Amino acid sequence: MHDITFPLRWRIALIAPALAVFAAFWLLPMGMLVQVSADGHAFDTYRALLANGRYMRSLGATVVLSAAVTLATLALSVISGLLLARREFFGKRTLLALLTFPLAFPGVVVGFMVIMLAGRQGLIGALSLRLTGDKWVFAYSMTGLFFGYLYFSIPRVIVTVMASATKLDRSLEEAARSLGASPWQIMRDIVLPALSPGLIAAGAVCFATAMGAFGTAFTLATDIDVLPMTIYTEFTLNANMVTAAGLTIVLGVVTWLVLAVARNVTGSAVAATA
Amino acid sequence: MSTMLETRTEASAMRRAMLRVKDGFSLRHLLAAGQWAVTLLICAFLIVPVVMSILAGLTVNYFRGVSSGLTLQWLEQVWTQYHDSVFLSLEIAAATLIITLIIGVPAGYVLARSKTRASRIVEELLVLPIALPGLASALALLVLYGGITAFRTSAAFIVVGHVVFTLPFMVRAVAAVAASTDLRTLEEGAASLGATFWQRFTTIVVPNVRPGIVAGALAVLTLSIGEFNLTWMLHTPDTKTLPVGLADTYASLRIEVGSAYTIVFFIMTMPLLVAMQWLGVDATGQRGLGNKPRRQRKTPSAS
Repeated sequence: MHDITFPLRWRIALIAPALAVFAAFWLLPMGMLVQVSADGHAFDTYRALLANGRYMRSLGATVVLSAAVTLATLALSVISGLLLARREFFGKRTLLALLTFPLAFPGVVVGFMVIMLAGRQGLIGALSLRLTGDKWVFAYSMTGLFFGYLYFSIPRVIVTVMASATKLDRSLEEAARSLGASPWQIMRDIVLPALSPGLIAAGAVCFATAMGAFGTAFTLATDIDVLPMTIYTEFTLNANMVTAAGLTIVLGVVTWLVLAVARNVTGSAVAATA
Repeated sequence: MSTMLETRTEASAMRRAMLRVKDGFSLRHLLAAGQWAVTLLICAFLIVPVVMSILAGLTVNYFRGVSSGLTLQWLEQVWTQYHDSVFLSLEIAAATLIITLIIGVPAGYVLARSKTRASRIVEELLVLPIALPGLASALALLVLYGGITAFRTSAAFIVVGHVVFTLPFMVRAVAAVAASTDLRTLEEGAASLGATFWQRFTTIVVPNVRPGIVAGALAVLTLSIGEFNLTWMLHTPDTKTLPVGLADTYASLRIEVGSAYTIVFFIMTMPLLVAMQWLGVDATGQRGLGNKPRRQRKTPSAS
């Protein structure tokens, strides 16, 4: 086990700069944030925070929204990712390039894309006005946020599904089919179990990202009641640093727990990319 | 007795299977059609708004439609008003990249070479800034350094946030490649021939992990240019980056201007994305660390 080409002092020397930056600009500030959130008497402050109906509703709404986005993204991405991984068709490479293009969009741009689709001058509104005589505008609400996070998450999860789907052993499915399994049974008993480690990891990232995302909600409407917006309002408008810090810690803990559980299940490193 | 039972169940299973094959066939077609429909819908959902915003940025009056004529006036307006934010974003991205290269490449290499408990803990720690909401990191920085005005009002404040946020991507990209190459054997060979540590690092390690460095660099640049969650909290009126400017225009200016600004953003990130596609880099930065190191860990150590 002893590695003569890489002595310990070199290891420490090479990792020290990264650790120093991390400690100075993340760990220390985070410690300070925890201290601020405690406001001298941690137990009472956090109890007040967790007993506050408005904040807890905000947290609940964020969790429900993130869970809904995760489930919808997983379902749609499995359906589409299996097709994209298995069929060859003309223009597939271009299509895949286009599908992964939104991966680099920041939350604000994603919000703008939702406005383009479902905003006051959006495509869906124009179409629905012509078809039903009613203008459908749902960008500036929780529904808009749902579609924004969907927009953000689908490319990521499709990439994961495609990567796992190409590793699937197709002979298993053929065997099941020859034994009389229905497409539904094959999906439930063979395909989904094989995809599930990738799906859990991707789903956890999707959930964590939706929990902490801020730009999309910011673009759509500042009064959408999700926790990052509540934190932002407490911090800027009410200058309530203690509450903002406390809610941030709560948000961080919830997000981290989801990622930790997912990682324990799949055994792979999982992280959000908001 | 048991064989007879088996034959009977087998026969009935066969009958059932044959029945199923008949209506299973049409069901399969139906499912395939549904699969295509979902895929096309997703493609439309992702691509149509991009096309629309590009069109809107080039249209004289978006409310009246493309028939009102095409123009570059919005792009010009955005450029005169916001070109500073474009350059600031590029400068911040470049500074972030340089710092993450200097501190991230050695760190990634160490983490790939050391399989100790301590190195796992370090890895866990370094990833925390992306596992937790960006808002948390930003608020933490404000709480500790917000009082130091010279630092708070400079672009360095944003660079620091971006470095902490993008560092894990560089470290993991480098570590993934370093773990999939047998650096140890190569280095032992070089060491036995008398190469110093520094010689080995520059002539063996860096050339071997170059794909990881390139992948990490592309991810860092793309993330830094598009970062909003942290940047919005950290910026001042004098340090507006491109995404901050985007949020401003979306909130206050007409849709054509917002769209034109979005076109500027597309033009800036397009080369990076094309490079990532071309090199096969996963833009989410997850595949690099999710699969490769794990496979590596499973194979027993050669020594």
